[in-house]
Amino acid sequence: MLAMNYRGPQRVRIDHKPYPKIEHPQDAIIRVTRSCICGSDLHLYNGNVPDTRVGMTFGHEFTGVVEEIGPDVEKLKVGDQVLVPFNISCGKCHFCKQGLYGNCHESNSQATAVGGIFGYSHTAGGYDGGQAEYVRVPYANVGPTVIPPGMDLDDAVLLTDVVPTGYQAAEMGGIQPGDTVVVFGAGPVGIMAAKCSWLFGAGRVIVIDHVDYRLEFVRNYAQCEAYNFKEMDDPVVFLKRTTDWMGADVCIDAVGAEAAGSALQTITGRKLLLQAGSATALHWAINSVKKGGIVSIVGVYGPTDNLVPIGNVVNKGLTIRANQASVKRLLPRLIEHVQNGVLNPKALITHRVPLEDVADAYHIFSEKLDNCIKPVLIPSSKR
Amino acid sequence: MNNTAKDFSHIKGWGIDADPKNDPTYPMKRRTDAEQQGYSWQRPTQQPVNIEVLHSIERPNVSAVFGTSTPPSGLSGMIRRFAFKYSESSYGHWLPLLLADRVNVVEGVLEDLSKGHVPNIFAEKGWNAEWKHNPKGLVQKVAIGVLVTTAVVVLLSRKKEHKHTRHTGYSEDERYSEDQGYTSNKSYSKHDLFPESKPIK
Repeated sequence: MLAMNYRGPQRVRIDHKPYPKIEHPQDAIIRVTRSCICGSDLHLYNGNVPDTRVGMTFGHEFTGVVEEIGPDVEKLKVGDQVLVPFNISCGKCHFCKQGLYGNCHESNSQATAVGGIFGYSHTAGGYDGGQAEYVRVPYANVGPTVIPPGMDLDDAVLLTDVVPTGYQAAEMGGIQPGDTVVVFGAGPVGIMAAKCSWLFGAGRVIVIDHVDYRLEFVRNYAQCEAYNFKEMDDPVVFLKRTTDWMGADVCIDAVGAEAAGSALQTITGRKLLLQAGSATALHWAINSVKKGGIVSIVGVYGPTDNLVPIGNVVNKGLTIRANQASVKRLLPRLIEHVQNGVLNPKALITHRVPLEDVADAYHIFSEKLDNCIKPVLIPSSKR
Repeated sequence: MNNTAKDFSHIKGWGIDADPKNDPTYPMKRRTDAEQQGYSWQRPTQQPVNIEVLHSIERPNVSAVFGTSTPPSGLSGMIRRFAFKYSESSYGHWLPLLLADRVNVVEGVLEDLSKGHVPNIFAEKGWNAEWKHNPKGLVQKVAIGVLVTTAVVVLLSRKKEHKHTRHTGYSEDERYSEDQGYTSNKSYSKHDLFPESKPIK
């Protein structure tokens, strides 16, 4: 079968790899119909996540058709069209039972801090991902969800990560009606976080980024204010001024390790890998939120340390909430929102690329060429 | 900032998930306290461990399922095994893993070559797309690359020449050639050339 093959920082290609096998009684084999490249895949692509091995297949946002099931799979049957949450969750451990499906204790041997994630290095369990024609899906009774009849595949594939992550960013912000919410990052997750902030009753939503075409998109899509931090002396001062010098009630970091905006952070975090990515957005979030406010983090960072003003967190009495999205927990509500037209995820997809051109797709997304917001890879069977 | 007096009717779904009682919200919301019972749940069936799986020393076992992609191998595998002697809280864990990743890239190139496959770096880096969507940028990058490489080569060759002069004691007008040998009006002893060495008696 054809599959994306990581060869080193900023080098990927399409290769023939063996068809995946049932390895566990609860496994399913899925024929992939859509597979996105996520902003967090770029951390792997750039070689920033430890234990990213050459030969691995990335991809944690995908839909597909069930081709084969293990003897203990009861909730799926061959031929079902499914969307597959990016978290691999057993459904039995204390954390899954608490709804912490991103923190499952039975899906990742290599690290205890995070549960298993498809195609996201051995630090997240060493699973090959969905940027391929076929993929092995463990715990098929728990994660994969049958796509409701009539739902567009492009909507379904964004329900595997982007929509739940953006929604949970807003949810973790504990937004109260009338709150001012600042979202750092106008990538797909930031766009969705801005959109979802309204659902919790935000009174004002502001997005900060430096890519003009994305700012224009989010301004229209999420009906919010959007500003380019390169056009201001200091984004923190700008946000204080625009909130009557109080700061925002809630700040959301939807950028993570690839943040631009600070030479120090960029050099130490992205170039020299002396910290777990550039923490510029988080730094700004902590300094822009009001005293007693909430900082919600869904941007992905590496497992080591970051330079953040933790003293200000203490002195301002901030609450920090963060996690990988708990996709399964959120799916029923989010499917409803898509079906009712409250959310329109597929509008984020700007590039539909044949799986064979995966290297070009990564480069376009990484370099923000051709006004790219969200690329989706399509295997030959679905073209 | 309280802006609830505003009209949000133009935003479809405004406030439909607002729930003042949903605080402190996820993830604290659903805490069950079951974790106080320790590692006590009925574990799922164990996936057969028929490949090498490195596991964090912060857990007692291999998780019930695990990925089977790219087991550790070669020099990078040895470094990874070393890394897994340390906890996730230690640089001794993560820094060797980053090193192993870089070593693994070289192993990947060697593996390709051993199979008679010369990696097409241009295509793997997606430069076809760069050429299509940003030809000016690509030309600029290549030009910068050529300039930097040339500068480095020139710098290194000058340093080498300088080093050669310093070590041999040759000056600008004193040269060694294959035809003429060392040409100078002066005569040198070994001690002149290498002052730290003592003359042999």
